[in-house]
Amino acid sequence: MTTISASPTAADPSVQTPPAAAPAAAPATGLPAGPAAAKPQSLTFAKALNLAMSDAMEADDAVVVFGEDVGLLGGVFRITDGLTKRFGEERCFDTPLAESGIVGMAVGMAMNKMKPVVEMQFDAFAYPAFEQVVSHVAKMANRTKGKVRLPMVIRIPYAGGIGGVEHHCDSSEAYYVHTPGLTVLAPSTAADAYTMLRDAIACPDPVVFLEPKKLYFAKEEVDVDALRLRYADGTGAEATAVTSIGKAVIVREGSDATLIAYGPSVPTALAAAETAAEEGRSLQVIDVRSLVPFDDETVCAAVRRTGRAVVIAEAPGFASVAAEIVARVQERCFHSLASPVRRVTGFDIPYPAPKLEQQYLPGVDRILDVVDELQWEDK
Amino acid sequence: MSPHSRGTAQPEADMLPSQQPVRLIDENGSAAVGRTFKTSYALPTEQTLLRGYGQLVMGRRVNDQASALVRQGRMAVYPSSHGQEACQVAAAMCLADHDWLFPTYRDTVAVMARGVDPVQVMELLRGSWHGGYDPYEHNVATQSTPLATQLLHAVGVAHAAKLRGEDTVVVALCGDGASSEGDFHEALNFAAVFHVPVIFFVQNNEYAISVPLIHQSVAPSLAHKAIGYGMPGERVDGNDLAALLAVLDDAVRRARSGGGPSLIEAHTYRMQSHTNADDASRYRSDDEVRAWEPRDPLLRLRTYLSTAGLLTAAEEERIGAEAERVAAVLRDGLNVEVTVDPQDLFRFVYSEPTPQLLEQSDMLREELSREGATS
Repeated sequence: MTTISASPTAADPSVQTPPAAAPAAAPATGLPAGPAAAKPQSLTFAKALNLAMSDAMEADDAVVVFGEDVGLLGGVFRITDGLTKRFGEERCFDTPLAESGIVGMAVGMAMNKMKPVVEMQFDAFAYPAFEQVVSHVAKMANRTKGKVRLPMVIRIPYAGGIGGVEHHCDSSEAYYVHTPGLTVLAPSTAADAYTMLRDAIACPDPVVFLEPKKLYFAKEEVDVDALRLRYADGTGAEATAVTSIGKAVIVREGSDATLIAYGPSVPTALAAAETAAEEGRSLQVIDVRSLVPFDDETVCAAVRRTGRAVVIAEAPGFASVAAEIVARVQERCFHSLASPVRRVTGFDIPYPAPKLEQQYLPGVDRILDVVDELQWEDK
Repeated sequence: MSPHSRGTAQPEADMLPSQQPVRLIDENGSAAVGRTFKTSYALPTEQTLLRGYGQLVMGRRVNDQASALVRQGRMAVYPSSHGQEACQVAAAMCLADHDWLFPTYRDTVAVMARGVDPVQVMELLRGSWHGGYDPYEHNVATQSTPLATQLLHAVGVAHAAKLRGEDTVVVALCGDGASSEGDFHEALNFAAVFHVPVIFFVQNNEYAISVPLIHQSVAPSLAHKAIGYGMPGERVDGNDLAALLAVLDDAVRRARSGGGPSLIEAHTYRMQSHTNADDASRYRSDDEVRAWEPRDPLLRLRTYLSTAGLLTAAEEERIGAEAERVAAVLRDGLNVEVTVDPQDLFRFVYSEPTPQLLEQSDMLREELSREGATS
């Protein structure tokens, strides 16, 4: 797995201050605390999510975590590991096996001063909750003219590349981004997993939080205490001021063309850029991170600098997030473009069985083939 | 305390409903005789019944006024609870101020009986916004149109209150048709497992638009479903306000003292079409409807109170005048053209409008200013 350095969020000037407040948030996490810890340490995406939840629960009694198997087991991916033990059964608990029930109950709890963070066990197992998500989670604030806002997070492990059987590998983001009222986040690094989940929990609006399963156990070097500093005063003011929501980041500079990716496709795009560099082509890579709100400004500015762009996503391409990004870039950057914006996506088929998933998933070769077709010369 | 903590286990016999719907005042307005129930329910006080009667008259007047306003084109649609007013009034009367009510689209009278401003309630049905009142002002959730989805929200509100150690009780309304929905099942199961103070109050009015109950369920009664979730069930004559109040009060008391959720089925009848857009003559006979007329909830309580000497002519006049006053408030409020600020379209979707919504809002503003300039 490609190791990605912490995204520019971590290097934000606002988190560069000395870690004076860090020890307040550091104890009981299993990580070393104090000044000695204020340096990068090895962290998985999964552990970063776990830390984000336990830090948020520590900071705010209103934060509760529930779902299927999230209690003593710690979730099938162990993302909630230890939360019940540390915070008790009232703060992190198992529910009956019913996703609409989980999301619907979360709506009511969010109406009544709580901040629920619920886990859908797998992408395709979230579909029973769809009516609650579309008809109530997304619409409550608008229906009540902002009187009832729902500060809740729906965490969904999504996408493929793990050799999963059917219903365990869907890229279901298009269903959510098409629903006004939802904020939809899709981090690709451990640093962003921490920061964006904290930001999602702090957000007054409901957030669908998409976690790429195949990156759960990818390790990267992260300065956790630096990330925590932003949330250390407990008021959330600074977190709101520098939120990651709505902000794309450039994760690799390049001058010839721009690869636009999110979630599980970001490491693939970075690998493609690495290979292209060996072949003498300089590719810039953008991690969209926030699908809704979408950061037109960062993405379009980056594309204008290179004049060529390819959007990469695992989901089927038809009427997809990738299709939307292509349309937005084309509408806004037409005069800066040297070739049509292209897509490399999953095929328009149900997610395949494990033995064929590598043929389905956008890979380095398929991306570079499309980059080669970006009309580098008139023919 | 664990979120799973149960109270004392309910004996099976307590989970099954009474052999017949609980009735305290019969169709002739006399104290009901000849039925025994699993619990001995006390007749509400005379003061409570008199207050309830006033609410029934008000509810009937609101239903009729709203239907008239639809015919006059002042409202888009009105699903009337004509004939079900006793259920509406009881659902509101059994709650304390800090409790919550989760209504459906047919429960406008219950919403108003909770104290919500009549004209604000109608904002949904007049078509100016999808919801008109602040749910936190009287602890009344928005009127839900997707069936049974609000039952889960009720469970969540109750669960949050329970975790904080508050004694809030939640009444969640739905109809017989909604009992077929998956969310009905999930809500009752969650409520029972988490042992939260929710009363699921089903108004069985015999029809889900055109489909009679026999096509929804062949259970002995909808109240029998309670035992499947491990909570008490009860059935009650839905046109007998005295019985409704007695049964609901019993469930509220149990919920407030940590006894967990209940399921109550009220047998009533939708006297009018589903909405003004429906034609009930296509699926039920006039004879069937007429058979329900003598069972009217207002008639029997009026007879009972009059016979008992509680409802004087002066009192009747006062109640009628108050109902007329509210009808006038509705007419006056709805006969005024409302202007909705088009920018409201973008204002509330997110706590901060996204850049995309700001662009779209600018576009609309510009379009409207061009229209304004040319007109």
